[in-house]
Amino acid sequence: MKSSYREALRAGIRDAMIRDERVFLMGEDVGAYGGSFAVSLGLLEEFGPDRIRDTPLSESGFVGAGIGAALGGMRPIVEIMTVNFSLLALDQIVNNAATLLHMSGGQFHVPLVIRMTTGAGRQLGAQHSHSLEGWYAHIPGLRILAPATLEDARGMLWTALQDPDPVLIFEHGSLYNVAGELDDDAGPVDISTAAIRRPGKDVSLITYGGTLPAVLDAADQLAADGIDAEVLDLRTLRPLDDAAILASVARTHRAVIIDEGWRSGSLSAEVSARITEQAFFDLDAPVGRVCSAEVPIPYAKHLELAALPSVERIVAAAKATAGAGG
Amino acid sequence: MTGTSVRHSGSVDAAHSRHLLLQMLRVRQLEEKCVELYSAAKIRGFLHVYIGEEAVAAGVMTSLAPEDAVVATYREHGHALLRGVPAGAILAEMYGYVEGCCRGRGGSMHLFDAGTRFFGGNAIVAGGLPLAVGLALADKMAGRSNVTVCFFGEGAVAEGTFHESINLAALWQLPVLFCCENNLYAMGTALVRSESQTDIALKAAAYEIPAWAVDGMDVLAVEEAARRAVDAVRSGGGPHFLELRTYRFRAHSMFDPERYRTKEEVARWMERDPITLLRAALETAGQLSAAEWEQLQADAQAEVAAAVDFAEAGTPEPVEELTRFVYSEPGGDEELRTGTATRAGTAAARRHAGKTTGTP
Repeated sequence: MKSSYREALRAGIRDAMIRDERVFLMGEDVGAYGGSFAVSLGLLEEFGPDRIRDTPLSESGFVGAGIGAALGGMRPIVEIMTVNFSLLALDQIVNNAATLLHMSGGQFHVPLVIRMTTGAGRQLGAQHSHSLEGWYAHIPGLRILAPATLEDARGMLWTALQDPDPVLIFEHGSLYNVAGELDDDAGPVDISTAAIRRPGKDVSLITYGGTLPAVLDAADQLAADGIDAEVLDLRTLRPLDDAAILASVARTHRAVIIDEGWRSGSLSAEVSARITEQAFFDLDAPVGRVCSAEVPIPYAKHLELAALPSVERIVAAAKATAGAGG
Repeated sequence: MTGTSVRHSGSVDAAHSRHLLLQMLRVRQLEEKCVELYSAAKIRGFLHVYIGEEAVAAGVMTSLAPEDAVVATYREHGHALLRGVPAGAILAEMYGYVEGCCRGRGGSMHLFDAGTRFFGGNAIVAGGLPLAVGLALADKMAGRSNVTVCFFGEGAVAEGTFHESINLAALWQLPVLFCCENNLYAMGTALVRSESQTDIALKAAAYEIPAWAVDGMDVLAVEEAARRAVDAVRSGGGPHFLELRTYRFRAHSMFDPERYRTKEEVARWMERDPITLLRAALETAGQLSAAEWEQLQADAQAEVAAAVDFAEAGTPEPVEELTRFVYSEPGGDEELRTGTATRAGTAAARRHAGKTTGTP
C-alpha cells in the first residue's frame, strides 16, 4: 500500500496501542490538535484522552512524568515537538532516564520511548531546526534511533517499546511527507544494526535520518561518473554498529560521513574516529565529512540550503576521497 | 483549611508515641554515626544529614502502606531507613560496597530500594517531582489505589519543574502527596532571599491543591496531617500538599562553614528539637519512664552498631563489573524489573539486623 512516513509512524503508534494496553502517547497537542506534525491525527478519537494525552507546555514535567510512569509499569511514548524544545527536558532525560538503572544498582528500569522531530530544511529558523541527536548519542544509558525509511518509521517503535531502557527516536522533519510503498503487514524491525541502502565498492557514504535521500541521490550521480558508492544507513546512533561500519570500509577502503549536525564534537567525528582507530590500515584515503555549516540555522531559504549537506557537496566530497591516495 | 496550620489533637496512644520516638532516635543515631564515619574517611563524597528534621520522615512514613511509592531528595538517609531499607544496606552503600542498597553505585545521595518502592535519592533539586507525578499517573491509569509521596526542600519551589509538576498533578487529579520540607535554607540561601512569596502552602493552593502548613518539629502533628492527607489522596481526592516547617541543625553538607546563619538562630531552633519535645511530652504525661527512655536509646544504638559491623564487612564490587547496569542485561530478573524483589545485599542486611538486634 501507499504510505507516507507520517502515516507509517502513525500506524506504528496504533499497532503499539492495540497490542499493549500499558502503552499511551503523551505530549503537546498530540490529541485535539492531531499532533503538531499530524502524526497522531485521529488517534484521540480511536483511543480516547487517557491514552492520547494532551499535556501543558511543560517539557520537564511531562518527560519526567513519562519516566515515572515507566517506573510504575506503563510503556509511555512521549512526544516532544522538536529537538530544540527537548532541551527544556534535558535534566530529566540525562539525569534521570539515563541514570536510574545504574544509580539503583540495576533495580529500576525505565522502559520509556521519547519521539521528537529533528533537523532543518523548512525555513523554521534557529529554534526549530537543529540536529542535536549527536548530543544525545553521547549519553550512556540511552538508545538513539533515526528512522530514515518507511519500514523503520513503522517498525522501530514496537521494538523500542520492548526495550527495558529509554529509547529516543529522532524523526527528521523533511521526511514526514516522503511517500512510497509499504507492506500492509510491515512489522517490527531490529534497532541494533546499520543497513546498507545501496551496495557499492568504491566509497562508503555513511549517513542516517534526514540526509539519506540526498545521499542516495548523490550515489546515483556518482554512478553516472563511474564511481560505485555504497550507502550505509546507521539507523541506530547509540550504540553504533561498529561491525557494519568497519565491514563497509573494508570493502571500499574509502569513507565519507554525511551528518546534518555540526562538525565540531559531532556524531560524524565519532564515526570517523572509530574508523581511524579500528580500520586505519584498510583506508586508501583520509575519511571525509559533510556536515552543516557551523551557524545557527538561518531562516532565508538560500542561506539555509547553503548551511546543509547538499547533493553537490556530498558528490564533491566523495570524488575528493575517491581521487585521493592509492 | 488551605494555608492554615495544623496542630495535633492531643490524645495519642502512648505506645505509638514511643514508637515514633524510637523512629526519630533511629534516624538521629544513624546520622550521627554517618558524620563520625565521614570524619574517619569511611564515607566520602557529599554527605547531607537530616538531624533536626527527623519528625517529618517519621510522621509521614508511618502513614503509608507497603505498596505506596516514595520519592526523596539527596538528604534521604532517614527516609530510606524509616521506609524499611535496612541501616546496614544504607551504610554499606555509603562505604561503596556491593552489599549496599545500590551496590555502591549510588552513594549517600542516591539510595534506592525496589523492595520498599523507594525511588531515590534524587540530587537535582525538584528533579524528583515529575517522577512522582508519573508514578502516580501509572497507578491511576492502572486503577491501583496507591499513593506516591514526594519529599523535596523549599529550595525546589524556585525551580520551574516544581510548578510544572504541581500543575500536572492537579490538572490530572493524580494520587500524589507533596511534602515540602521547609528548613528555611536552600544551601545557604534563606527563603526570604529567594522567594517573593514565602508562604509555600499558598503557592500550592494557587494550583487548586489542598495545602496545609504543619509544625515539622512536632511528630504527632506531622503524623496527623500526613494521615489525613494520605487518606484523602487514596480515596480519590487528588493531590495534596504539606509544607512541613522544620530546621536543619547541622551544616548543609560536610563542606559548609555556615556563614549564612547565626549560632543564636540555630540554638533557638534546637530548643524545639523534635526528639526532646516528644520525650518531654511523654515524661510529663507519665508515659515514658527513665528505663524506657534508656531502652529506646539502646535499641537505636544497637541497630546502628550492627549496621556498622555489616558495612565494615562489606566487599567492593569487582572492577570487571564497572559497565554493568548502564543497559539492562538480557534475561534480567523479572522480579527486579517489575520492582517486586529485594536486592541480595539489602536482604542480607535485613537478616543481619534481625540476628543482632531483633529490630526490623
